[in-house]
Parts: sequence; C-alpha cells; structure tokens
Amino acid sequence: MMTTQTQSPNPAAAESGVASRAVQITLAGLLGLFIVGGVGFSGIPVLHNAAHDYRHSTGFPCH
Amino acid sequence: MAIFRALVFAAALSGLLAGLLMTGLQHAATTPLILKAETYEEAASVPAAQNHGSHDHDSHDHGTVDQAAAAPHDHADAGHDHGDAWVPSDGAERLLYTALANVVGAAGFALLLLAVSEVAGGLAGWRDGLGWGVAAFAAVTLAPSLSLPPELPAMPAADLLARQAWWIGTAVATAAGIALLVYKRSLPLAALAVVLIVLPHLIGAPQPTSHDSAVPASLAHGFVVAVVVTSFVFWAVLGALAGLLRQRFARSTA
Repeated sequence: MMTTQTQSPNPAAAESGVASRAVQITLAGLLGLFIVGGVGFSGIPVLHNAAHDYRHSTGFPCH
Repeated sequence: MAIFRALVFAAALSGLLAGLLMTGLQHAATTPLILKAETYEEAASVPAAQNHGSHDHDSHDHGTVDQAAAAPHDHADAGHDHGDAWVPSDGAERLLYTALANVVGAAGFALLLLAVSEVAGGLAGWRDGLGWGVAAFAAVTLAPSLSLPPELPAMPAADLLARQAWWIGTAVATAAGIALLVYKRSLPLAALAVVLIVLPHLIGAPQPTSHDSAVPASLAHGFVVAVVVTSFVFWAVLGALAGLLRQRFARSTA
C-alpha cells in the first residue's frame, strides 16, 4: 500500500493512500482506547479484581 | 494495513517492556502501601459493624447497612463489593495479574500515544518519543492527580462514575491544551490551551462528603508521591521505547 502510494503519480491513488492512512491510525487509536478502558475503567468485577493494584498504583479511580 | 501493523507491533513490544518495568517499580514502591492500607480497611470495617450492633436492636440488618455505608469503596479482597466474583489470591497470583494489567495497559496507552502522534507526523525516534511520553505523563497522571489524588483502599471517595468521568475529561482537556501549546502559534489558541488545562481544576474533582479516613495522612501522601514518581519513569520509558520502535518498524515496512 505504501509502495503503490509512492510509485504512482496518480492523484486518486495518493488520495486513497491518505484515506487508508487515516483509517489505520483511527483503528489503532480505537483499539488503544478499548484496551485502556478494559484495564483501567471496566466495571466488570473480574477485570476490576485482576487489575485492582494496577488501578490504584496508576491513579485510576478504582472503587 | 502496514501503518496499523507497525503501530500495533511497536505498542505491543514497548508495552511489554515498560509494563514489566512498571510492575517492578510498583512492587517496590506502591504495592506495599496498598497492602498496608488494606490492614486499616479491615481493622476499620470490623469495629464499625460491632459498634453499631451493640447499641441497636435490629443489629443484623443495620450491621450490614452500616458496613456498606462505612466502606462503600471497600477492597474487593474482602468480598463485600463484588459478590462472588473471582479475586486473585494474595502473593504470586496477585502479582501476576498486576503484571498482566500493567503490560496490557501499557500496550493500550502506547497504542493511543502512537496513534495520536502519528497524526502529528509520527514519532521520529526515542527522543521524540520521550517528549511525547512526558507530555502524556502530564495529561494522564499529573493533571488528574492534582485534584483527584491517587487513592489507597479504605480512603473515602465520591461516586466512582463521576470520578472516572472527571478523570477522563481532565486527561483529554490537558492533552488537548498541551497539543495546542506545542503545535499552534496563535495567541488566542495559546489562551484556549491555558483555559483547557486550568478548567478541570476550577470545575473540581468529585469529592467525598468527608475526608476522614482510617488511613494516616502520611501514608496517603507517601502513596501519591510513589504513584506520581513511578508513573513518570513509566511514561518516559514507554514513550522512548515507542518512539524507537515506531522508527524501526516504519523503516522496515516502508
């Protein structure tokens, strides 16, 4: 994908490269949010209990 | 999906390393204070129930209500809060799950850091990452801790959802403020940045009705210092590693 973007002078291909880049960055950010939410904020008791000392030790509101 | 893959790999590896380091730091600095606070918590909850029972006829009913009211933030180990849910047993198992949470949490934060920095052009090496890591420390640890100090078990606290909402709002507003200060050059945007950073503390974090606690103030203060200092080291290392690995993976996939 990176190679087609750099090799092709076609503006449409470059544009789809930009769009794809934005989608990928957004996906990565959303995955990061999902993970941090699960470890730091989830109210599911098992997750809370497993991550209890982590939450306290990083300053997350815990109880 | 080359960019996505590079970000996920860089986040996973930097999260693993920084998360393990953080587990060691916590084991030395914060966890002993958590365990100490839990002894106050257990000591406080027993006399509260007994005391109430001694001067109340309907002791059974009131005993449980009183206990719940006296310790709404009770530690899950005691089993009051979360019913029959599984709890890791003290010692090695508890440490193992803390390590797991550290590694997974660090990878999640690294992914967020990498995604946000990618919008600004991507981390160009360990020094770049170090700067971003310190900025993230300011947004995620320092700013929330000012108005909502890291809590030990058995310390009084306001409603959990309200505190979580304030915490998230403060981290986001501070991060946006720092980004405006660093990347924009106009005076109105600089003023907006200052407002964004100050506003959460003017609004104020949700506070408990009383700060009276069985936990000594010196212990609570020591815990705040331990959390902030260990988090600073963690974010500096996580940022530097993420920057270094992002640069490596970007080079190998380009």
